[in-house]
Amino acid sequence: MIAQPLTVLNTRRAPRPRLGVFKFASCDGCQLSLLDCEDELLAVADRVEIAFFREATRRPLEGSFDVSLVEGSVSAPEQEAEIRDVRARSRFLITLGACASHGGIQALRNFSRVDDALAIVYATPETISTLPSSRPASDYVHVDLELPGCPINKRQLLSVLAQMLSGGKPRIDQHALCLDCKRQNVVCVLVAHGSPCLGPVTSTGCGVLCPSYDRPCFSCFGPAPQPNTASLAERFQAIGLSADHIRRLFQMFYNQAPEFLEEARRHE
Amino acid sequence: MTSDPYCPHPAVLRSVEPETPGVATFGMEFQEPARAAAFHHRPGQFNMVYLPGVGEVAISIASAPGEGVGLRHTIRFVGRVTNALQSLRPGAVLGLRGPYGSAWPVEEARGRDVVLVAGGLGLAPLRPAVKALLAERAQYGRLWLLYGARQPSDRLYVAEYADWERAGLELLVTVDRADASWRGAVGIVPLLFRKLALDPSRTLVLTCGPEVMMRATVHEAIDRGVAASDVYVSLERNMQCAVGLCGHCQLGPEFLCMNGPVFPYERVARFLGKEHF
Amino acid sequence: MVNTSAVVMEKSELGNLIARLWAEGYTVVGPTLAQGAIVFDELRTADQLPIGWTDEQEPGSYRLKRRDDGAYFGYAVGPHSWKKYLFPARLTLFSIERTADSFAVHQGSTDVPRYAFLGVRSCDLHAIAVQDRTFLHGPYVDPHYERRRERAFIIAVQCGTAASTCFCASMNTGPRATQGFDLALTELPEAFVVEVGSERGGALLVGLNVRAANGEIEAAHQVTETTKRQMTRTLDTSDMPALLYENLDHARWDDVAGRCLSCTNCTMVCPTCFCHSVDEVPDLLGERSERVRQWDSCFNPELSHVAGGSTRPDIRARYRQWLTHKLASWIDQFGVSGCVGCGRCITWCPVGIDLTEEVAAIRGSDRA
Repeated sequence: MIAQPLTVLNTRRAPRPRLGVFKFASCDGCQLSLLDCEDELLAVADRVEIAFFREATRRPLEGSFDVSLVEGSVSAPEQEAEIRDVRARSRFLITLGACASHGGIQALRNFSRVDDALAIVYATPETISTLPSSRPASDYVHVDLELPGCPINKRQLLSVLAQMLSGGKPRIDQHALCLDCKRQNVVCVLVAHGSPCLGPVTSTGCGVLCPSYDRPCFSCFGPAPQPNTASLAERFQAIGLSADHIRRLFQMFYNQAPEFLEEARRHE
Repeated sequence: MTSDPYCPHPAVLRSVEPETPGVATFGMEFQEPARAAAFHHRPGQFNMVYLPGVGEVAISIASAPGEGVGLRHTIRFVGRVTNALQSLRPGAVLGLRGPYGSAWPVEEARGRDVVLVAGGLGLAPLRPAVKALLAERAQYGRLWLLYGARQPSDRLYVAEYADWERAGLELLVTVDRADASWRGAVGIVPLLFRKLALDPSRTLVLTCGPEVMMRATVHEAIDRGVAASDVYVSLERNMQCAVGLCGHCQLGPEFLCMNGPVFPYERVARFLGKEHF
Repeated sequence: MVNTSAVVMEKSELGNLIARLWAEGYTVVGPTLAQGAIVFDELRTADQLPIGWTDEQEPGSYRLKRRDDGAYFGYAVGPHSWKKYLFPARLTLFSIERTADSFAVHQGSTDVPRYAFLGVRSCDLHAIAVQDRTFLHGPYVDPHYERRRERAFIIAVQCGTAASTCFCASMNTGPRATQGFDLALTELPEAFVVEVGSERGGALLVGLNVRAANGEIEAAHQVTETTKRQMTRTLDTSDMPALLYENLDHARWDDVAGRCLSCTNCTMVCPTCFCHSVDEVPDLLGERSERVRQWDSCFNPELSHVAGGSTRPDIRARYRQWLTHKLASWIDQFGVSGCVGCGRCITWCPVGIDLTEEVAAIRGSDRA
């Protein structure tokens, strides 16, 4: 599906654009980021009609949406039809977070047999209906924009909404996290402390949260474009990390991202 | 104190003329009469066009100096900013700053033959050169415009061709894909060179279009005996500041926004064909 | 040679010098300890300096170490450079307010801090002069840089120690600072030798406890001579820019592309890199936008983005762009090299890529 231009969002006289917030398999953390906007949420509610948001309102699902925010992965059989329905109702579909764009933490089960996982987790696994793997929305429908993060950064979400309300197609920065560490005067934890930081291969957006507390990046925003994971992994090896440690670093929030999947395999 | 070179100035969109699918010409006028009066550009230069809330984009000036009121910009709606520009209607307010960059050697061409070679939207920055050359037609020898478009419906400024030809321009058009109505040439534009009776020693070549097309044009011209220093190209990169400060549009030792976009080919020859440089 | 107008100042007097600068309206910034490194921040007192500390630098590694003396300036350059003050990493240039039938431009405050930089090394003095050429001496002047630069008071420090990553001597940019400062300090065991580089530098000393220098001048000269001999790294710049221009297809670019993370760190810590982006940041109400300028990098694929993709779509192209610009085309553009030999890009590269080695490899098999 081709996205329509968002010019209607720029017209003050037009009815407020309709926004829908949808949840699939997820922890709700990304939706909470939206609720966490507090002050800004009032401004958002002033400019857009929040027409469906189960976490915040009781309105039933009906009609179409100018912008849909989709949280969570497709993990259960009925969700395949649901994501197609959301897409059909939406002009511009934005996924929120690692689950919706790459399967998320729950996609760790993609590495094992789903029946084995069910037997470990549930007392009555035969009552559970699930897909063999946790899939991103983009496996089923066209996605206009993927907001990364586990959870997303509310500033990035607000920026995307503000850009759309101003009449532009939204863009987000996707360069390596390091650029923002340096802009914010944060000392490199890999170079100065020898901490195994994934920042050089990770997309920006978090506001350099971990490095600014002297903690290495765990890549909860996923791979930056063209990440040179092999070179970074070699560096990790040189500072003393075991192959297993390196594999686990690449098998976290974005374990299904092709670049991380492949790098993890090299350290099995 | 130095004024801020990044600062846009309000301009009103006066007209939107559809050109081809996905391309239109915007007529704009500075809101402040003093700024309009102080604005002087040369053919081949560009402006930064600013849409509040969305951003800025470099667009060549398609009107000739002194051609009517305001400034014209032919825009392809292909990027983030230009896509948003597409929705604007006359009366909308935009920002403009400029003019920036180098110009076609219209003065230096006096007494010479000139071959203008345009590909696709590359005719837009050459249009003011066409107008300037024709405005003083007697000053020049033979004037050719070789123009290549993907298909007949992608040609810009079709309504003006007859005027240009009457004024003394020899126009040769070619398309990559003909339709049922097309009676003209089919093929890439540099091949049109082979149809010209050139006197290479008195010929200047000005070209603008996709880089691969310009390189082929340059080679045709040089093969025909035109000196590399008499071939001018207009280059495109990501231009953000337009004043040589931001580093986005670099090609080797050149900032295209400031030293270009128009260069004598021999100045950029070393780097132009270098893949990904 | 050491400036003959040099005087001697007891170490304890440095605090008074800092206080004098604050009293005259300067915001004093200089080296201090934070986050396990020596960084630049505001200094109210002399004891905020990393007294008794040094750094051990290797490609891709930086560690603080205790010294066995109480030296005030016994370390080399850290991750920060002075460009963070003169060319801030993020700056709202102006804001745009939509009005009924137009828009209005609101310039940000022009009342920027008057900085006093304490502890500027020779390489960094040269770096400031290099950025001056970009922002002040071209056809267009950047008023944001100009405003900060023209008010800055510069106190240089002559280097008493070189890191393993330093190579200023081979770039002719150090270790001795000879110009571009208001005052220059050389640290001796018991006192500072203070050279006066400007009228306002001399004026600042009036009323401070200083005395005429005698034998200290030669001792100060020996400090930088010793540092120069410590320096092991060199960059051979002969045949620049031709060497790199003639080797744009060298196999070494593929080799370094296998190691380079394209993470932008080298360009961020480089005191001369000036690439930046200006982004539109609209508010939610659609009434105002800010035009925000931020440091950008040729290692960010977005930098060369045009309709149809990136002009430099892979790491090989981006590393080649950085190195050829820094060492070659910079000379064509600005008349000087873009490299001042500070070594920051070597230390702060997470995988320890060393530009001196890359150039040597290309030189070793010229036109391979």
